[in-house]
Amino acid sequence: MAIFDEFPSMGRADLMDLKKGIDFAFSDFSRENGEAIEGFFDPLMFCMVWFEKLLMNAPWPLMILIFAVLAWLGARSIPIVIGTIISFLIIGRFGMWEDTMATVAIISVATFLCIGLGIPLGILMSRSNRVQAVITPVLDIMQTIPSFVYLIPVVMLLGIGKVPGLIAVCIYALPPIVRLTNLGIRLVDKEVLEAAEAFGSNYRQKLFDVQMPLALPNIFAGVNQTIMMALAMVVIAAMIGVKGLGVNVLKAVSNQYLALGIMNGLAIVALAVIFDRVSQAYGKRLQKHRQGGHGV
Amino acid sequence: MVSDVKVSIKNLYKIFGPNGKDMVQKVEDGASKASLQAKYQHVLGLSNVNIDIPARRIQVIMGLSGSGKSTLIRHLNRLIEPTSGQILVDGEDVLAMSDKELREFRRNKMSMVFQKFALLPHRTVMDNVCYGLKIKGIEKVEMKERSQKWIDRVGLSGFEHNYPAQLSGGMQQRVGLARALATDAEILLMDEAFSALDPLIRKDMQEILLDLQEELHKTIIFITHDLDEALHIGDNIVILRDGAVIQQGSPQEIVLDPADDYVRDFIKDINRARVLDVSSVMKPGSTDSGLELASNLVLELAMPAMVKADVTSANVMRDSEVIGMVTLADMIGGIAIPESHEGEQVTYR
Repeated sequence: MAIFDEFPSMGRADLMDLKKGIDFAFSDFSRENGEAIEGFFDPLMFCMVWFEKLLMNAPWPLMILIFAVLAWLGARSIPIVIGTIISFLIIGRFGMWEDTMATVAIISVATFLCIGLGIPLGILMSRSNRVQAVITPVLDIMQTIPSFVYLIPVVMLLGIGKVPGLIAVCIYALPPIVRLTNLGIRLVDKEVLEAAEAFGSNYRQKLFDVQMPLALPNIFAGVNQTIMMALAMVVIAAMIGVKGLGVNVLKAVSNQYLALGIMNGLAIVALAVIFDRVSQAYGKRLQKHRQGGHGV
Repeated sequence: MVSDVKVSIKNLYKIFGPNGKDMVQKVEDGASKASLQAKYQHVLGLSNVNIDIPARRIQVIMGLSGSGKSTLIRHLNRLIEPTSGQILVDGEDVLAMSDKELREFRRNKMSMVFQKFALLPHRTVMDNVCYGLKIKGIEKVEMKERSQKWIDRVGLSGFEHNYPAQLSGGMQQRVGLARALATDAEILLMDEAFSALDPLIRKDMQEILLDLQEELHKTIIFITHDLDEALHIGDNIVILRDGAVIQQGSPQEIVLDPADDYVRDFIKDINRARVLDVSSVMKPGSTDSGLELASNLVLELAMPAMVKADVTSANVMRDSEVIGMVTLADMIGGIAIPESHEGEQVTYR
């Protein structure tokens, strides 16, 4: 039978009309509302620019000192601090200082944005199974849809620049913090929660005295994941106009500059390792009280 | 024993399932736990529970796992909502309280000790004991002072700044006890509070509790599956099975007159000599053996006393008056394990 030989797809003309319809509708929408939406994101833009300038214009020894201090505060480990200092010295020596600062700026802003959005969203999700059922597939889509696909509408709406890049990074980096906040709160010992309840805690007291602190190790694992995923998006963000190490990687790919590619790639790796080690060590220190043994 | 009623549970039903309310009638018409589950997929948690809990005494609620005892205790502070029934605390209906009233009630009237301690792992011992007071909004200096008092009282001085994970199980439960006592609630709910502890530590904790009770006179509602524990600390005991009360009474009454085979099974292995006192095997009359025993002396102590005095009978005293007599044979009969209900009646009459 003919119907089994070829899939009964919509006709070429119908399909074209459908696609056109969607495209025109969206471009009309973005033409009408693009400016308003851009206006909405202006504060974000301002933040990004300000922070990037701050990092790039600060004297490099001061920045290295700040990174070293932050690494110490987070990890309390001399090897990690020394590793951090050496990495940044090498990065600077190879002429990648400014690009690295730009990348650190977007990663930091993206991470704070994801934390600010993701933790409340995760709390909301942990409160109700229905909310969880709605949000989970959205997170799945955010993590699995090829990044280039959502770059299209983002660029149509906001053009090329820092803010669309930041949004692209956040779309990819947001899910882990939401998931792990939700999971962390749901995994809180039922009996401890019952105790909080039995002593007459109200909702806020339960959330801030019991659920959040007990979920913190999981939430922190989420923060770590979010940072790593944001770093993974650096090159793709560069495609839509975010400055930083990603731009050089793109340049290297299109021109077959091996050395440039490797150097910038390794700089991204160095950032990833530093962020990861420091945040993991910090996460572990948060859990110190869980270890047994007297006189700790 | 007449004393004022602190907590009164009336016609309490708890049926787990989507249509719990409709199932109450079926249970009242005689549906059993098993048939309710098989026919209607509802789980019978509690079935027509009626208990009057006297003030300032230790009320034990015991039963095997699945008997509904933990469900019952969670109804008292409404961690679980009943399907139907009434719970009165000092004459006030707990079930009629608004969320806000309920929170106030939990903060001030009742506190709870948990089987697995349920301490906050990220807080020190001091902060854990402060927990209830912090929720009440007590200011800091007074909070620390009151908590310190209870930490000292349960014997944890010097461990204020340790985290729970650094303490042994027994010590953790002392923190749990101190936390519950610190709020000065009149009613203390203890949900299998000592069940997770080693036997020796458990004995220790029982003594701590009895010591505290001697001076505090709180209304303690104590859940356990361990009859020895129930008999040791309980002023009154309620035995639950499949969510229904099958017997309530003093430890003596339970041991001497078990309501059915389930209870009889329970008391089979206990040390009767430690529970029964002289008055329970006493008969009218008097003897001139010269030995006098207090009526509330347990047989475990009375029998050696008789052997030591080299007599086989003694007068039973209450308020320095002879109220009857006992013989060594009666005592031995009293501690013998009864074969059946009737058999037991014979042994001590």
